[in-house]
This record gives sequence, C-alpha cells and structure tokens, in this order.
Amino acid sequence: MNDSTVTPIGAAVRRKEDQRFITGKGRYTDDLSRPGQAFAYFLRSPHAHATIRGIDTAAAKAMPGVVGILTGADLAADKIGDLICGWLVTSKDGTPMHMGSHPALAKDKVRYVGDHVAVVIAETLDAAKDAAAAIAVDYEVLPAVADLAAADAGAQIHDNAPRNISYEWELGDKAATEAAFARAAHVTKIDLVNNRLAPNAMEPRAAIGEYDAGDEAYTLWTTSQNPHVARLVLSAFVGIAPEHKLRVIAPDVGGGFGSKIFIYAEETVCTWAAKKVGRPVKWTADRSEAFLSDAHGRDHISHAELATDAAGKILGFKVHTRANLGAYMSTFSSCIPTYLYATLLSGQYAIPAIHCEVDAFYTTTAPVDAYRGAGRPEATFLVERIMDKAARELAIDPAEFRRRNFVTQFPHQTPVIMNYDAGDYGASLDLALEMADYKGFPARRAEAEARGKLRGIGLSNYIEACGIAPSAAVGSLGAGVGLWESAEVRVNPTGNVEVLTGSHSHGQGHETTFAQLVSARLGIPIDQVSVVHGDTDKVQFGMGTYGSRSGAVGMSAIVKALDKVEAKAKKIAAHILEAAEGDIEFKDGRFTVAGTDRSLAFAEVALNAYVAHKFPTSEIEPGLKEGAFYDPTNFTFPAGCHICEVEVDPETGVTRIVNFTAVDDFGVVINPMIVEGQVHGGIAQGVGQALLEGVTYDADGQLVTGSYMDYTMPRADDLPSFKLGLTQTRCPSNPLGIKGCGEAGAIAAPAAVINALADALGTQDVPMPATPAKVWALAKTRAVRQAAE
Amino acid sequence: MYAFDYQRPAALADAAALLKADPEAKILAGGQTLLPTLKQRLAQPTALVDLARLPGLSAIEKTAEGVAIGALVKHAAVATSDVVRAAIPALADLAGLIGDPAVRNRGTLGGSLANDDPTADYPAAVLALNATVVTDRRSIGAGDYFQGLFTTALEEGEIITRVDFPQVERAGYAKFRNPASRYAMAGVFVAKTADAVRVAVTGAGQSGVFLWEEAGDILASDFSPAALARLELDPADLMSDLHGSAEYRAQLVKAMAKRAVAKALA
Ligand SMILES: Cc1cc2nc3c(=O)[nH]c(=O)nc-3n(C[C@H](O)[C@H](O)[C@H](O)COP(=O)(O)OP(=O)(O)OC[C@H]3O[C@@H](n4cnc5c(N)ncnc54)[C@H](O)[C@@H]3O)c2cc1C
Repeated sequence: MNDSTVTPIGAAVRRKEDQRFITGKGRYTDDLSRPGQAFAYFLRSPHAHATIRGIDTAAAKAMPGVVGILTGADLAADKIGDLICGWLVTSKDGTPMHMGSHPALAKDKVRYVGDHVAVVIAETLDAAKDAAAAIAVDYEVLPAVADLAAADAGAQIHDNAPRNISYEWELGDKAATEAAFARAAHVTKIDLVNNRLAPNAMEPRAAIGEYDAGDEAYTLWTTSQNPHVARLVLSAFVGIAPEHKLRVIAPDVGGGFGSKIFIYAEETVCTWAAKKVGRPVKWTADRSEAFLSDAHGRDHISHAELATDAAGKILGFKVHTRANLGAYMSTFSSCIPTYLYATLLSGQYAIPAIHCEVDAFYTTTAPVDAYRGAGRPEATFLVERIMDKAARELAIDPAEFRRRNFVTQFPHQTPVIMNYDAGDYGASLDLALEMADYKGFPARRAEAEARGKLRGIGLSNYIEACGIAPSAAVGSLGAGVGLWESAEVRVNPTGNVEVLTGSHSHGQGHETTFAQLVSARLGIPIDQVSVVHGDTDKVQFGMGTYGSRSGAVGMSAIVKALDKVEAKAKKIAAHILEAAEGDIEFKDGRFTVAGTDRSLAFAEVALNAYVAHKFPTSEIEPGLKEGAFYDPTNFTFPAGCHICEVEVDPETGVTRIVNFTAVDDFGVVINPMIVEGQVHGGIAQGVGQALLEGVTYDADGQLVTGSYMDYTMPRADDLPSFKLGLTQTRCPSNPLGIKGCGEAGAIAAPAAVINALADALGTQDVPMPATPAKVWALAKTRAVRQAAE
Repeated sequence: MYAFDYQRPAALADAAALLKADPEAKILAGGQTLLPTLKQRLAQPTALVDLARLPGLSAIEKTAEGVAIGALVKHAAVATSDVVRAAIPALADLAGLIGDPAVRNRGTLGGSLANDDPTADYPAAVLALNATVVTDRRSIGAGDYFQGLFTTALEEGEIITRVDFPQVERAGYAKFRNPASRYAMAGVFVAKTADAVRVAVTGAGQSGVFLWEEAGDILASDFSPAALARLELDPADLMSDLHGSAEYRAQLVKAMAKRAVAKALA
C-alpha cells in the first residue's frame, strides 16, 4: 500500500510519519531554539520531607551568566496559583478529597526528593547549574513517609490531610456484597502489591516559554499529550495568562504513556519566567530528572476476596485498596485509582455484587498519576490473579472457571457503573487457547521438567474501558472537564485535505490512521491528506490523547465533520450536475447522479465550492470546511485473552517467556500494522511490570532506582516473538465501531505472566517484579516443599 | 559537565609528563565510564589527557606465553580477534559479553582495569589467568593489582600500556547479567593450567574481584561441573542489594562456575 493510493479502512498502510522520525528530521521541543533563549535549571530537594527555613540566592545571583533566580516567594508575589488536580473525588462520608497545596516552586516545605525549590535561568545550562550549587537552602529535615503500607502513621505531609489521607472512597453495594459472601460455598482471598512504575518515555519532558511584550502574549512549546488542556489549566487555574494570550504548541512528542498528560511545575515556571526575565526560557529534563519527577504509575496495595457458590459461579467480590498519590495530587491522579480502576472490577464476568474501598494516601515520593492503562491494569491484575487462585482452590481448570462466569448477554450492567455494550469473551478465549496450544501444555511441561526447568502457563482475560468518555457522565463523577473531541476537515480548492484534530499523536501514528480514514471516505489518495495537531493556535480545541481515546473519540469527531463535508459537497454537486440532491450518490471519490453516468470527481466539487460560480451562494455558502465536536455516548470496552507460557531456570531464577499469545477484540481495526505495534509495546511494558520494573524508595525517601543501572527497562531480548490474533465485535456506540488498542497489552500482560509463574512455581505468592532473585527463592521453596511431600 | 582542558599527546612520555605536572588531570581512554561521570558532575578534573594518539597501545600480539593486548584495545576488537580466539577463546567470549555494541566499540581494556568496577568483566579474566598488567613504570601481577572496590595498585598518573595474558590449557567464562545494568552480578572465569585451576569471581564480592580457592582446589583434581555440586560459597563477603541478596549471589557464583567449567570443556 503506497502513499498515492486510496487507503481503505483495515489496510496495513505504512506509517507516514516514520520517514521523518527515523531519519532524524522530527522536531521535538528540545530541537527548537528561540532567539535569545536562556536555560533553566531546577534546584531540587535532596530531602524527602523538610521545612524550608530560608533560601539565600544572593551569592548565586552574582555568579557569571545568571539571568535570574526565582523561588516560591516570587510565584506567590505574582499571585500564580497552585498546580491542580482536575477531578474531584468525594469520600464515602461525603467530604471532598483533601487536595494539598502544590505550588510550582516550593513555598515553605518540600515533600519529595526532586521537588522544585528554585529555578536558575542563565546563559548556559552549565552556568545555571553552577549557580544552583551556590544557592543556600536552610532545611529542617522531617521524617520521610516512604512506605505506603504505613503512610497513615507517618509524619503529616499536608496541613489539610490528617493521617496523610486524601480520600476514603467506595464504589458498589456493600450490603449486597456482604449478603453474597454470607451465601458463599467458598471464599478466595488474595493480597497483592501493584508495583510502582516509572514511565520512561524515550523523549524526556521539555519546555520553552516565550513572552511577546508587543502582543502581551505567551507561547509555550512543551512535551504534552494535550496542549489545549495545558493551556486551560495554565490560564484558568494557575493564572499565568488569559487563555487567548497563551499559545501552547506540542510539536513532535517522543512517547508519553500518560506521563505527558499532566501539567507540571517545569513548564509552568518556564512560561511565567519568560516574562519575568524577558527572555525565552528553555528547559529539558535529563534522565535522572525524569526518574525523579515524571509522575509515576500504579502503586497499590490491595486485599481482595471472591465468593463462589458450589457450582463455581461467582457470587460477590470485595476489594480494599490503598493507593499511593505521592507527595502531591497530579492533574488526574484522583480518578485513576477510583473511577478508572474500581469500575473495571467486574472483569469479563457476571458478578452480582461488588464492593470496593479505596483509601488514597500522600507519601513523600514523586506524584503518581496515569501510566499506560491507568487504573485498568491494576483492576485486571487483581481480577485475573484472584480468578486463577480461585480456580486452583476449586480445582477447576482456569480457562473453564473463567468461561463459566463470562458475561454473555449484552448490554450488561455491572454493579460498578460500567455498561458493557458488546463483546464475545468466549471467542477470544477459544482462539487464544488454540493459538497457545493450551491442550499441548502438559506435554511441554513434562519435556521441560526432564531438562530441569519449571514450566507454567497463565491466562489473563482482561477488559478495559477506552474512549473516555461521555462528558455528562464523567462530570457527574467529579471530572472538571468534558471529554469529547473535536475535528475540522478543511478541503482545499485543489481537492487535498487538512484534518485538524484535538487528539495528539506522540507515537500512535495518527498522521497515518487519521489520513487513512479521510482517504477511504473521500476516495482521495492518502498523500493528499495531512493531519494537523498539537497547536492551540491552529486547532480549535481538543482534549488530547490518553486512555486509547483518539480512535473511538477523536476519529469519531472526524467522521462527524466528514459527514458534513459530504453533505455539503453533495448539494454543490447537485447544482453542477443539475440533479436533485437526493439523487446524488458519493462513492469511490465520485459524485454521481444515480442511474446515470454523469459524475464529478471529489476535487472538481472542491474547486467549485471555492470558485462558487455554479451554485446560489444565498442558499449554500462558498467553501468546503466543516468542524465537529463529538461527545461519546458510552465508554468502549476492548477485551481479550492473553496467554503467557514461561520457563523458569531453578538454578538462577531466570524466567524466560517461551510463548506469549494475545487475542484482542478492538472492534473495527483501521490499520492492523499500527494496532500490532501498539499491542507489542503494551505487552513489553506489561512484561516489564511483571518481571523487571519497580520504582524503589528507601526508608529515607531517597530514590534507589534513579537510573537505568538499577531500574530495569524491558529490552528486546527479554521478550519472545508475540503471537497475535484478533476477534471482532463492533463497538455499537461510535460510527466507526472502534474500541481502542493502545493500552491492552500493558493491562493484560502482568496477570498472564504472574499467573504463569504461579503455575510454574506452585505458589500464588509471586510478587512483581518477579526478578530472578525472587523467583529463585520461590523455586527453592518449591523444591523443599516437594521434597517434603 | 565542568570545564576542563583537553590534551592529546602523541608520545607516552608526554602523557606521563602532563599527568605528573597536574595531579588533578585524568586519563581519558574510551570514555565509557569517565564521560558519564563528568556529565553528572561527579568528577571535576582540571584536564583530560586523551591516550587515543599514543602509538603502540592498540595492538593485539601473540607472544611466547600467550597474548599481549594493548591498553587501548577496544572490547569489540578483543571479541573478534583471531589471535585471542586461538590462544584464549574464553577471553574473546568475555569481551563480547561486555555492555552493548556501542560500549564495546569505545571501551578499552586499560580503562576497564584502571577503573576496576567490582561488577566489570575483565578483572575476572586477569585474575583467573594470572595476567600481568604492564604500565609505563612497571609490571604488576594480577594478585597484587586488584585491591578492592575501584581500587588498584596503580599510582597517581601511572598509565597502563598493555596486559600480558598467559595461555592456559582450558578456560571458560560465564556471566550472569544484572537485569538492569547488564554488568556482572556473578561473572566466573575458570582457568586450568597443568598443575592448578584458578577460579576468579567478579560482580558478587563486597570488595571486588576475588579468587574462589576452594573451587579451584576441587577442580584441580576433578575438572567437571559435577565436582562443584557439593561446594557452597560463604555469602558473608558477598554483596547484597536491590537486585539480589548475598545468598542469591552465592548461588549464582556456583551456577556460573559450573557453566564456566562446562564451557571450558566444550
Ligand atoms: C552502558 C554501559 C554498559 C557497560 N557494561 C559493562 C559490562 O557489562 N561489563 C564491563 O566490564 N564494563 C561495562 N561497561 C564499562 C565499559 O567496559 C568501560 O569501557 C570501561 O569500564 C572503561 O573503559 P574506557 O576505555 O571507556 O575508560 P574511560 O572511561 O576513558 O576511563 C575509565 C577510568 O580509567 C582511567 N584510565 C583509562 N585508561 C587508562 C590507562 N590506560 N591507564 C590508566 N588509567 C586509565 C581513566 O582515567 C578513568 O579513571 C559499560 C559501560 C557502559 C557505558
């Protein structure tokens, strides 16, 4: 499929953007330089928790090359507001969450190692660093609160959050759940830790702030997944500039995984400081800063219980989770362990009663927020681990136990808000079992045992919610914004097309898939379509890209705009062809009078729309440009079955993934190659969570895993060749039938891997990340246990 | 990075003179360890004396006893050298296990030994083979050269020029990589001569590379993986960290020792 063809939906069109990326011609924030720019360096807290008694910048200000040094006091003097969390969660007793003050530069206290104390702006980065070293900060060190399990007993971090609790929230029917447990023939219990992860986008965060004194307007170039939201927050809440005087541009962005959704201290300060120092101010994180200050993901401690009847049917599910917020509430942090988590606790199963309690704690660690999957990986891990444990306790094959409890009728209302609209969980399970040769596993295990290796197989039947989300619905749950998306389709007089979208591509390939959609719809070659995004001055508005919403929501907005373009073009064509509008058919890029051979190419109609000679402009406005805002009517529910097969070397504890099968139902697939790429990346990060990655702080709140020397990123040789399959049920709630695919791998994989390890090691107590050292210890225990038997 | 002067002398004597004149100057070889340290502002040398132009430090030569490898020889060159592969194939294997291709094409033997990282690979080979570290001032036997974590017998400004590796009957190296850094968590080099077996361990010891003498003694009478089955390494002197306890490292050392012997026999 090459660039100059019309590209149907479902075709594996090569990514248009890759030529630019792989030949070094991408333009990332750090590639940009503004005339006269100065460089920012943030002095960060070396302590996890301390009161600031004073900051002396006098000596530093006198250092060569220093342009300016700003602190929290300067922010306060300028009445710059705090960074905010945009989703209000209410505790079960009716009190709103306790949001601790989050200034972009610390005022009287620092609350994690890496917290922002001052910014030094200088002619060079080295000069800024030299001056930062000369700033004297008088700290009174307070006890760190690094352990989530004991956070309520630790030193109080925010004045308005006693016991370090932000909220104690619940979802579901407690009484009904207790009643279900009272009837249970069997109760399975599990305690799980969902390990904290560092997002590790390949491109570190960066920002350039610039102030134009003539226009009294700011421009911010930043590594953002949602530039319009950044502008909204920086203007409406932080108060740096009115919205119409602030332009936010997110140029090429090299990966986000959620971490670039949020509005951070650094871009806030760079924008504000640009006016204060009268120079463009540029900052780029180095990798150490990324580890310290990018919002981390996950970090839950949970206890769960599953009640089943004598026939192996689930009666009820109850969950109690402690969620780590870190030192401050990041932009969307409150909704991740609540509405994006507990709402998925029904999994793929018909569970009559569910009750979930979530207590969210502050700790003296980096803020925690959305990371690839955001709440849904935590839900899937819990559900799919306890499903496996229950199956084993009940002596039912894990696949059979799942099948017995599947939701099979749609729509299905779960007890935890979600209304599943379509799916066929049996179909993906069947295909996955076949592709993974589940039946042949016992023979493979015996063969491995003969070689002294331990084999295990594990399933993960995930479901997730994408396409976030119907605006009124999320509004009723506390969201501060609506979660629609916008699009504008601009047909040029020569017939080529620009699509302006509020979605933002930072690796997802929108320049291809969005163009593919337009190409297919208008019947014009894909190279006649360009996709414009990431600039608040160009694109009307947009809510950005996260939660696999760009297909289901962003593309739906494009479809809506295309509908309008087609409707108008038909009117124009009718005039030119002297036919009734109702007789015009549009197919394969041509407008035809039904039943005749009289037709016009799309480009001819486009030209006529602008020339405007052949239709009455009193009835039809000239031009061919349409915009649309699309608000989804439901979440979408991608689901599937991932099966992992592992082989453990008991001598060293090394786990090798010998087989990984992923069968996904993403609804309609626009570009299967790009979808495969998303699944690959997602699984890699899911395997990373299961076997390799884990952010670790010591008791003093110092980050132990502050570099790749200690934080284990998945590498190609940690992963097998994945076997991928697709099943399909159309999503009924959006025009394309798309569900979303960006996070499924990261959501499904951890439970599949750990279930496989639990099978291999004969124990359900397998922690993440299951490093060789931990697996070796478990294998040793297994050997001792077997010897005793 | 702090500012520093950069020197690239063309003769060993000039390099030595520069280093003597300025005790705060540092030698630069492949830069794979030194440059990251500078970038993080963890060192502030006044000058870097780049050895790259010095003649005679980049050769691999067959000698009567074995092979002589110049201090500036890159890991990739050792890994792919026919001379090394013919004389001591285990040494070529080891070099091929260091870091990644980029590191192997910049990092040098001399730099690795001067740095003496307790998780580096080369020290295991140097100690097991009882090689000789030759400098601009003297020859230092392996037994005297390694003196603890990042600590060697090198004096201020002393430049390693080459290392003489003796050929042995059989040798093998097995490495268990740290999952994050991929340095050694346990790297075991086994070298068998006519009358002895030396087993050197890197990555695991609290004070750097060490000889596991009990293993050498047992292997001297029965050079087979099975001979090590009953032996346990005392974890008391081994490292414990995020990636594994001392007990785990003791297990890894044993497992790698068995694999190194198997490789030596292959
Ligand atoms: C990503 C990465 C992965 C790595 N993985 C491994 C691994 O798996 N195993 C492993 O063993 N190593 C590994 N290394 C380290 C690598 O092997 C380095 O090349 C080596 O440790 C230093 O060699 P260099 O030539 O780069 O020395 P440099 O960095 O230039 O110098 C290191 C030190 O040695 C001194 N020095 C250099 N040459 C001499 C000399 N001739 N005489 C006296 N002093 C000298 C310098 O002054 C400096 O103090 C890794 C490095 C990186 C960056």
